[in-house]
Amino acid sequence: MNSMSRRSFLAASGGLAAAGMLSGCGTPVATNLTGGQPATADVIFWHLFGGGDGENLTKMVQDVEAADRMSVEATLLSWGNPYYTKLALSASSRRPPDVGITHLSRLPLLARAGLLSPVAEEGTEAAGITQDKFTPAAWKRATVNGTAYAVPLDTHPFVLFYNVDLARKAGLLKPGGDDLKPIEGREGFLAALRAMKQAGGRYGAVMSITADPSTTWRWFMTLYSGLAGPILTDQGTRVAIDAGAAEETFAFMQSLTGAERLMPGNATSTTTSTLFGQGNVGFLFEGEWQIPTYRGVTLPNGEPLNFNVVPFPAILGDKAVAYADSHALVIPRSPGRSAERTANSVRFIKGLLDNSSTWAAGGHIPAWLPVQESEEFRKQEPQSNYVQAAFDAVYDPESWYTGAGSDFQTRVGAVITNVLTGATNPRDAVGAMTATLQRFATARPPVQ
Amino acid sequence: MTTTAGVNTASATPLPTATTESVRPPAGENRAGWFFVAPFLALYVLFLIGPVLIGLVISFFNTTTVRAGLGDWVGISNYTSVLRNSDFWASIWHSVLFTLLTTPLLIALPLLFAILASRLTRNRWFFRLAFFAPYVVPSSAVCLIFAFMYTPETGLITNAFGWVGLPAPNFLGSEWGAWFAVVLLTLWWTFGFNFILYTAAIQDISEEVYEAASIDGASPWQQIRSITVPLLAPTTGLILLLQVLASLKVFDQIYILLAGGPDQKTRPALQYIFDTGFTSYRGGYAAAATMVYFLLLVAISAGWYLVRRRQQNSVIG
Repeated sequence: MNSMSRRSFLAASGGLAAAGMLSGCGTPVATNLTGGQPATADVIFWHLFGGGDGENLTKMVQDVEAADRMSVEATLLSWGNPYYTKLALSASSRRPPDVGITHLSRLPLLARAGLLSPVAEEGTEAAGITQDKFTPAAWKRATVNGTAYAVPLDTHPFVLFYNVDLARKAGLLKPGGDDLKPIEGREGFLAALRAMKQAGGRYGAVMSITADPSTTWRWFMTLYSGLAGPILTDQGTRVAIDAGAAEETFAFMQSLTGAERLMPGNATSTTTSTLFGQGNVGFLFEGEWQIPTYRGVTLPNGEPLNFNVVPFPAILGDKAVAYADSHALVIPRSPGRSAERTANSVRFIKGLLDNSSTWAAGGHIPAWLPVQESEEFRKQEPQSNYVQAAFDAVYDPESWYTGAGSDFQTRVGAVITNVLTGATNPRDAVGAMTATLQRFATARPPVQ
Repeated sequence: MTTTAGVNTASATPLPTATTESVRPPAGENRAGWFFVAPFLALYVLFLIGPVLIGLVISFFNTTTVRAGLGDWVGISNYTSVLRNSDFWASIWHSVLFTLLTTPLLIALPLLFAILASRLTRNRWFFRLAFFAPYVVPSSAVCLIFAFMYTPETGLITNAFGWVGLPAPNFLGSEWGAWFAVVLLTLWWTFGFNFILYTAAIQDISEEVYEAASIDGASPWQQIRSITVPLLAPTTGLILLLQVLASLKVFDQIYILLAGGPDQKTRPALQYIFDTGFTSYRGGYAAAATMVYFLLLVAISAGWYLVRRRQQNSVIG
């Protein structure tokens, strides 16, 4: 009898627990079990921005929340691979956020795997988010097979920083201003670096090389894209690198860090920011997102660092190109999302676009033309100097394994680093690069 | 994880040879036995046997983690490309290297400290607690604290090198600095588990043996060398196996502290599997890599078992 009463007690308490779980439909536990989304805010938003970008984004989200009277739960995840792993797995297991950030260089796989909604299907066009209002190069990379899967927020190119005072001493400035005289071709670029070296002392230019494969990859792409087309085609399954152009690129890179010592061949990101930040080097090759790092820096003599930023001129080819990537907003496919949440998501995206002059403070060029052409953005210096780079942008080759923070960039960048440090000669480096590309190109793609 | 689930320390000491003939329990008791292990069996099948079988199946398909379903049948091509991939073999070497670096230290030092602690007459509990406490800290917390101490220029450990006049290696940015960093962290963190196993085994050694030895005039050092260490041999064998298997499964510390860097020079086998399976979304390929690694671990366990059985047979025969 005793054991019977214990059993009935257990049954009753089990029933109570089950009832408790069922009644709490909106709780995260219940929604996990039933497959819905936890509705903790009007819009759930995932991004990967810390630091200055993170602060700007937080301000934008707050402004949108206040203006549109909606609540947004913004979650910051670790930058790079960890973020994309989580975004993809949440979408493939049908519990994605309402809105997410992606690099356009990482978009092809997400779109081809069917994890994202075509943005027009979610009502972006009705909200006025249309192709004609975006930088064309960015919009082009937001489309996969002719369908737009992302709304570009910015373009962030690899650019040329210069120290205005050293440039003036080197005679590189136009009379009566802070603007550089036009630099023409390979010889013009070399001459400018030599002049800077004479004016500044230690080096003509500096960039982060050691343990920074992404930066060396950006520098390679900036030079190589002036000479030849994409190094990979057919969704990354065919290696199309032009061996002659690659060797010429490598030889030019090595001529800068080699005998003439126009650049240090082993600078880390710390060396780089010290050399340029202390006014010891005239040129810096870096992404525009580093502008906040140098703003308000004082030189050893107490003067503020006076620098400016311009797009790279045409160096090896005839046409200026800017290696770039874009941050964009996506709506992951979610079968359980209500029409109301979808509408909120689109309003949220529109709100971020309209506030993207705040975003531009981080150095990025707004992709949303109404802001890019606005007075509010045009008066931001030096951001408005390199708007042209967004139109000349060259992105990572399209494939499932390329993109910001990818293993691909790490691997290929390591080959380029060896050229810059002088460990590999240009001809062998072309062989090493081709072998590395081949390894990625022959791996079986997860999606076709 | 660097350590395995709790092990009954009693099994560390040799069991007396079975003297009772095995007697079949009555059928009713047998049924009750199955009933009591049922919850465990259910979980074991659901979370271990099941996933292993699923992994075996998908290793023959181009399964991806971003789409439902198995994908296309690809035969053994996942296996052939895994076996040909130099990154895979490099990652296996990193796991083996980690095992070679940590296992001797994680056997010798716990043995030494367990013997020292057993010789204390008072406050033994304090030392046992102090040595075991780090083991219960989660890996993420341990890694964050150590990352803080390894920071170039400002970190405590980096500065400690300066106090004794040595140049500090770049703990997070150079290959050997990174190995030093992760081995030191692992040593501090998982030391306690082996220490407790040794402490328990030492307590099982009969006092009378020592008494007899001291009557015969054996010094403490002779007692340790000729009594304690030999009588701990079965425990050492067990710890060796557990430690090798645990070290080959290393993932947490290296992933959190170094992300397999610098330049993937410390990426262990499990992170290679994680990277290809989840970051590159190639589930089928990663399953094939898992199977290859699984077979490797089974081979090591089987080899150890055979060696031990031969030793035991030679003792008996």
